[in-house]
Amino acid sequence: MRLPGGLRLSLWVITVVVLVVIYVPLLLVLLNSFNTNRTFAWPPPGFTTHWWSLAWHSDGARSALWTSTRVAVAATAMALVLGTLAAMALRRTRFFGRNVVSLLIILPIALPGIVTGLAFQNGFRTILGIDLSLWTIVIAHTTFCIVTVFNNVQARFQRLGGNLEQASMDLGAGPFTTFRLITLPMLRSALLAGGLLSFGLSFDEIVVTQFTASSTDRTLPIWIFENLFRPNQAPIVNCVAAALVLFSAVPIYLAQRLSGSAAEAITGAR
Amino acid sequence: MRKASRGLTAVASAVLLLGVAACGTDSGSDGKSSGAPGGQGFTPPDIPMQKSIGPMEGQVNILAWPGYAEDGSNDATVDWVTPFETATGCQANVKYFATSDEAVQLMKSGEYDVVSASGDATLRLIAGGDVAPVNTDLLKNYGGIESFLKNQPFNSVDGQMYGVPHGWGANLLMYNTEKVNPAPTSWAAVFDDASQYAGKVTAYDSPIYIADAALYLMNTQPDLGIKDPYALDKDQLAAAVDLLKKQKDNISEYWSDYLKEVQAFENGDSLVGTTWQVIASLAESDGAPVKAFLPSEGSTGWSDTWMISSKAKNPNCGYAWMDYITSPQAQAAVAEYFGEAPANTGACELTTDPTFCDTYHAKDAAFAKQIHYWTTPIEQCLDGRTDVKCTDYGDWTTAWTEIKG
Amino acid sequence: MLWLGVAYLGALAALLVTSLWTQNDFTGNIERSWNLDNFRDLFTIGVYRTITLRTIGIAALVTVVDAVLAFPIALFMAKVASPRWQRLLVIAVLMPLWASYLVKAYAWRGMLSSDGLLQSVLSPFGLGTPGYGLPATTMTLAYLWLPYMILPIYAGLERLPDSLFEASADLGAGSWTTLRRVVLPMVFPAFVAGSIFTFSLTMGDYIAVKIVGGTSQLLGNVVYDNQGAANNLPFAAAVATVPIVVMLAYLAAVRRTGALEQL
Repeated sequence: MRLPGGLRLSLWVITVVVLVVIYVPLLLVLLNSFNTNRTFAWPPPGFTTHWWSLAWHSDGARSALWTSTRVAVAATAMALVLGTLAAMALRRTRFFGRNVVSLLIILPIALPGIVTGLAFQNGFRTILGIDLSLWTIVIAHTTFCIVTVFNNVQARFQRLGGNLEQASMDLGAGPFTTFRLITLPMLRSALLAGGLLSFGLSFDEIVVTQFTASSTDRTLPIWIFENLFRPNQAPIVNCVAAALVLFSAVPIYLAQRLSGSAAEAITGAR
Repeated sequence: MRKASRGLTAVASAVLLLGVAACGTDSGSDGKSSGAPGGQGFTPPDIPMQKSIGPMEGQVNILAWPGYAEDGSNDATVDWVTPFETATGCQANVKYFATSDEAVQLMKSGEYDVVSASGDATLRLIAGGDVAPVNTDLLKNYGGIESFLKNQPFNSVDGQMYGVPHGWGANLLMYNTEKVNPAPTSWAAVFDDASQYAGKVTAYDSPIYIADAALYLMNTQPDLGIKDPYALDKDQLAAAVDLLKKQKDNISEYWSDYLKEVQAFENGDSLVGTTWQVIASLAESDGAPVKAFLPSEGSTGWSDTWMISSKAKNPNCGYAWMDYITSPQAQAAVAEYFGEAPANTGACELTTDPTFCDTYHAKDAAFAKQIHYWTTPIEQCLDGRTDVKCTDYGDWTTAWTEIKG
Repeated sequence: MLWLGVAYLGALAALLVTSLWTQNDFTGNIERSWNLDNFRDLFTIGVYRTITLRTIGIAALVTVVDAVLAFPIALFMAKVASPRWQRLLVIAVLMPLWASYLVKAYAWRGMLSSDGLLQSVLSPFGLGTPGYGLPATTMTLAYLWLPYMILPIYAGLERLPDSLFEASADLGAGSWTTLRRVVLPMVFPAFVAGSIFTFSLTMGDYIAVKIVGGTSQLLGNVVYDNQGAANNLPFAAAVATVPIVVMLAYLAAVRRTGALEQL
């Protein structure tokens, strides 16, 4: 609105081009889900809905979807609790290790996944001697999901300050009541945004999951990994992926609606 | 206060854990190689052999080469796992692996009951205590296995079998019949003549592929003195590495995932390279113009053995699977689908192609001897030389990383 | 919170400790003899240096490509688009994150193949697909991490008061100058925040390289191959310290720009 016209036009053009670049591979995925050729020959020799009907009936896909959802929900729940606690803890005090703790919180997401995955696998199996299971996956996911929640909540705290809570305590409410009636509603949209991003991160995670899953646990990315290698299953994977992308519009839209400013909702940064 | 101590406690606990980690990090039992080593240069750890088969546990975790345990999910008409599940009540969970190295690593996790191990994995698994000796009396179909596959150096130690043979075959040379002219007859097509198809050659992505280069050198540079492609001293290994580095300039990609090779040949991204019969069959069935054959100078290959984990959670179902997969019907199905010689030649009457066993020389012990089966290279030279030390698999792995650059 | 942090750190520490041990090549069991053999091999054998430098180079290239692609679209979303379009664009940018990483990588493999989409689009111009290899890897990785770069920059730009542009124009600066001397310095921390993602994700990636990389290998592949294929966990751990060190150095350097708060 305030930018000069020439700049606006060029920005508009570049945006369109970038969006096209982003969506061409996804459209290709959608196209291939109708491709008669099993190894996605280009151009597609023919079209069929056969793969979609197979995908609909695929038990493997369904159970993998369910497993992934469970893991993501658990990891998000834990991340919400722990991330909020961490943000609250780091909120007011300036203590010696504060920067270090901040760095440590970011570390799981800043270090390459293979390092994290390897460290966890080593830790679980050889040091602690426990079997890999869904819970080991959840624990590993939680470590990097905490970051998103932490950032969002911290940003919200920074923006809103602590006056309301102080006022509530002055009026005689105990810490738990204050938390329940004042703090939590304040944080609601930040938690929602953080939780959504955390869910997405956990849902699509493949590297760390590979290292922390047992041989029978199949989250969706693991299922996809295994099935992209099988001639008759690979097209089904395309169907599942295409369906997921279309579905994902819903929660993203909802998150935006419920949390005001678009940027703040998703990135929580301020 | 509470917050300040958090930082300190975190650091302190980390240090404590470091100490625990130092003491605790150990990947299980060390193969106690004390006492006189066996013929293969090691003493296998003492692991009890199963004495009898008890009740079925209801499931079995199978680690298999792709194509060995088809359950219809790939192709609804190709399924020999479901009859097994119906007959025994053991639900089969199959995981595929792409290279022997992956198989060894996955077996170490203790999550799988049985594995189809090639000769370059078997001894490592035995020495590492990951597999148990097999009680062949418990397997009804053991009698039908060809005798030249029993009690071999790669599947037994001091006369004790550690598995049941599954089948064997050679690595083949596959080429695109339309674009590759004239048709190749030797491995020179991927080595010395590879520049003809620069950027379209493919090779197997595993250090064991060095043996293929060594085999080629055995024929083209006899003064190097290579007698066994798995027994290479430092100079011979260096020569093989040089050959492979030259080859790399012409490679499109190294394959380990068999479907990627099928794709590459169908798309025309690869025109010539090493392969397994099952890959050629899959590509042909999709209409790609490819042909696979055994070149004149012979080839490396694999002789696979089903082994049972020492930590198997479902040993009875495991034994049931080993017995089933070596039965004539299952052997006929697997061998024809994968394109290999079945270990149990009782299968020969049951194959849909009556000449199948002849084509694959299933009963021909002399032919079988000519294939250089995948074996783990060790310091003790496998060709019997005692004056030099040979390179071991660790050296080959480092060399392989170097080759890929 | 504490136990989780301790668990994570403990696991990392254990991994690093493992790197100091050796491995019995034959059985694949780890022998707990303390030595620096792994690190010595890592530094003296030339190919590992090459791979490390190559990985860092590709990570930097991917970061730059993403930054260049992300800035215009983020600027458009923040300053030009109406609120309704802003919402839609955010959705449009986020939706691809839900398509599995693997599926997207394989889609690129299909596009890059010698008779794939890129070939048919570029051949009328006399060009061809670059095929599999390092350029393909860079393109694919840049594509995969683009949303992670767009979002922080968008957030950073949104925070800039609109009056800034007016003020700059009033002072006589053209739009290009405004961008260069006012906007960019102010959103630099956001760039850096995004770059942490793209850099670290590329440093550790081994899957996309295997799919579109042809014969090339990156540091992540060496770690993966050694921990799995060759079952040489100590050496894999030693190699893994390289990305850890690189990222820690990067994070330390970056802390001063205040980017860490913008993650």
